[in-house]
Amino acid sequence: MDLSYTAEQQAFRAEVRAWLQAHVPSEPLEHFDASRAGFEAHRAWERTLNEGSWGMVTWPKDYGGRGVDLITWLIFEEEYYRSGAPGRVNQNGIFLLGPTLMEFGTPEQKQRFLPPMAAGEEIWAQAWSEPQAGSDLAAVRSTATLEGDHYVLNGHKIWSSRAVFADWAFGLFRAPGSERHKGLSLIFFKLDAPGVTVNPIAKIDGHVGFAEIFLQEVRVPVFNRLGDEGQGWNVCMATAGFERGLMLRSPARYQVAASQLVELYKRHEDTVDPSLRAEVVRAWMGAEAYALSIYSTASRLIRGGSIGAESSTNKIFWSELDIALHQTALAILGSRAELLPQAPHAGDVGDWLGDYIFALAGPIYAGSNEIQRNIIAERLLGLPR
Amino acid sequence: MNFTFSEEQLMAADTARQILADMCSPPQLRAQMAKCEARDAARWQALTDSGLAAILAPEAAGGMGLDAIDFVQIAEACGYAALPEPLVEHAGVAVPLLAATGHETPLLMDAATGKATIAVGHPINPFVADADTATALLMHHADQVYLLDAAEASLTHEPSIDPFRRLFRVDWTPVSANIIADAATGKLLWDDALDRAALFTAAQCLGLAQRSVHLAVDYAKGRNQFGKPIGSYQAVKHLLANVQVKIEFSRPVIHAAAAQFEHRNAHTRARISHAKLVASEVADLAARTSIQVHGAMGYSWEVDVHFFLKRALALTYAWGNPALHRARVAERVFRYPLGPEHTFSRKNLYV
Repeated sequence: MDLSYTAEQQAFRAEVRAWLQAHVPSEPLEHFDASRAGFEAHRAWERTLNEGSWGMVTWPKDYGGRGVDLITWLIFEEEYYRSGAPGRVNQNGIFLLGPTLMEFGTPEQKQRFLPPMAAGEEIWAQAWSEPQAGSDLAAVRSTATLEGDHYVLNGHKIWSSRAVFADWAFGLFRAPGSERHKGLSLIFFKLDAPGVTVNPIAKIDGHVGFAEIFLQEVRVPVFNRLGDEGQGWNVCMATAGFERGLMLRSPARYQVAASQLVELYKRHEDTVDPSLRAEVVRAWMGAEAYALSIYSTASRLIRGGSIGAESSTNKIFWSELDIALHQTALAILGSRAELLPQAPHAGDVGDWLGDYIFALAGPIYAGSNEIQRNIIAERLLGLPR
Repeated sequence: MNFTFSEEQLMAADTARQILADMCSPPQLRAQMAKCEARDAARWQALTDSGLAAILAPEAAGGMGLDAIDFVQIAEACGYAALPEPLVEHAGVAVPLLAATGHETPLLMDAATGKATIAVGHPINPFVADADTATALLMHHADQVYLLDAAEASLTHEPSIDPFRRLFRVDWTPVSANIIADAATGKLLWDDALDRAALFTAAQCLGLAQRSVHLAVDYAKGRNQFGKPIGSYQAVKHLLANVQVKIEFSRPVIHAAAAQFEHRNAHTRARISHAKLVASEVADLAARTSIQVHGAMGYSWEVDVHFFLKRALALTYAWGNPALHRARVAERVFRYPLGPEHTFSRKNLYV
């Protein structure tokens, strides 16, 4: 065990830091879910990142990456969050679909989809849920009917993050007549294809962060299927635990938030309930514990280990930490906690409220925490189904 | 950067776990309790024969001269078994403390083999654990370190709710012939002993927590109500999953604290205290959850969970109570640089 960075890792950190200092926009961008303009500003940022070869550093150079390991990726993320750079509008692509493509895609598929993903030229939405298939994802009803070298897609997807402004979506479709986990295929479709209708859905904060998607006789080439026909469930599950479990939420995000919470507390120390000091310390400990856990997992993965139900323990931990951390910030702000940043006397309320509202989604998306608890109980502890 | 244990470290932990699984099962604990024996001689022999008391002893005294990271998983295994014998305090705290004084004594060699055991009277604890079976005692007075022969101390037993914890008030007279470290050195050594003890106590708590969960899982798989094992109900699953999440996020904190123990700065002290806080909390939560899952059985003397509950209670307040450890974390948080580039201690920072 050696918990120090190598000279090479330190040099990488310095390189990332210098590049970000020179390139991160000085003014925050409008949120990518707030408007087309905000979305496109984030796309432009992704292009800038890609010009520096920072789009997705763990990917091979041929696909727009730098071919570095997961520890180096963590260092990149630490510097990224530290710099206050814009949120990653293409996270459904680079963090969710990308690793799956890397494992199951053909060389032609990787060459076709990964470079434009890293460059932000094609921004991805996810299309997992359907009105009758939320936690029970195997209940999806949307169909893919094979006709020659095309699939014809029909169905109704919902709660699709980024679908309002994105270019592409991926989702599970079943062969007509198939049941449950069998007959499913993971298929990509363009959101402006004939037969696709996207209806925006406003989130709790009013932003159109997700959408429902109607698919009516949408023709996509067989090339757009990832993995074998009928193996969609296995394709989703095989990678659900791996890098997705690691990459969904970077620990640096919470460490930076915890540092800001400490600063907020210091500014208000004279006037706030002193019991909040313990909550601030607890939030910091939570962020540190999450970071240490991810470093431990990354070290194991680099040495050929695998990740299983840890992606479920991770998800519960960071989602609960995120809420607790932001609740503490709001408690420090007290009667100004409800103020929007544009309020004339908002003072230093910053983004705490907006980030708190975002944190409330954490226990729900990417598999509700109740589903994660079932996974932990059954797969980690061995309790019966 | 490599946050994994070496083969040797994993093997040593396996050895400890195997001995304890064979020789420290709940029926064996109960038999020992019935006989009112402080120590199971065969078990102590097996543990020390395999070198577990020698890990932190200097090579000159026949030890292995290894570091906290080499002992941390052994301490965890001791917690998992609720080991009555003082392997952790003896080998993990007393031996390195005696060695660090530089005092030349054949006692150190005997301590490394387990032939002798040493109890520690640290200023943080009002009572001394396992003083009755100790060959010698390391005592504090005005920051100095004293080495006493057991016969020089007068002991008053202070019964603990933990049936295997043997606490004593120690009455003794400080005489200069027994001083083995002066006040200036002693101050540093007592601080160091507290850090090491808090770290290994955290590791024991992690073991206690995992054992409580495992006992509950075993019970929930076999106990049927409404025609199904109670472990198939989400109400039970989610209780245990919540505890397991807390276990998973205590473990890397303990391991990181052990790996960077030698830096001895505000960062590593905060990490040790963080480990002690969260591990003692989860040991308590796990034991209470396990009792809840066992239902009325869990509240009975007959079911083993109470051993783990009682040890967790004792260890929560031993070697620095939660308030002290929270203050040490706060010291780091409010006085030193924060942020993701400070996840790991750098040797000469945070001092």
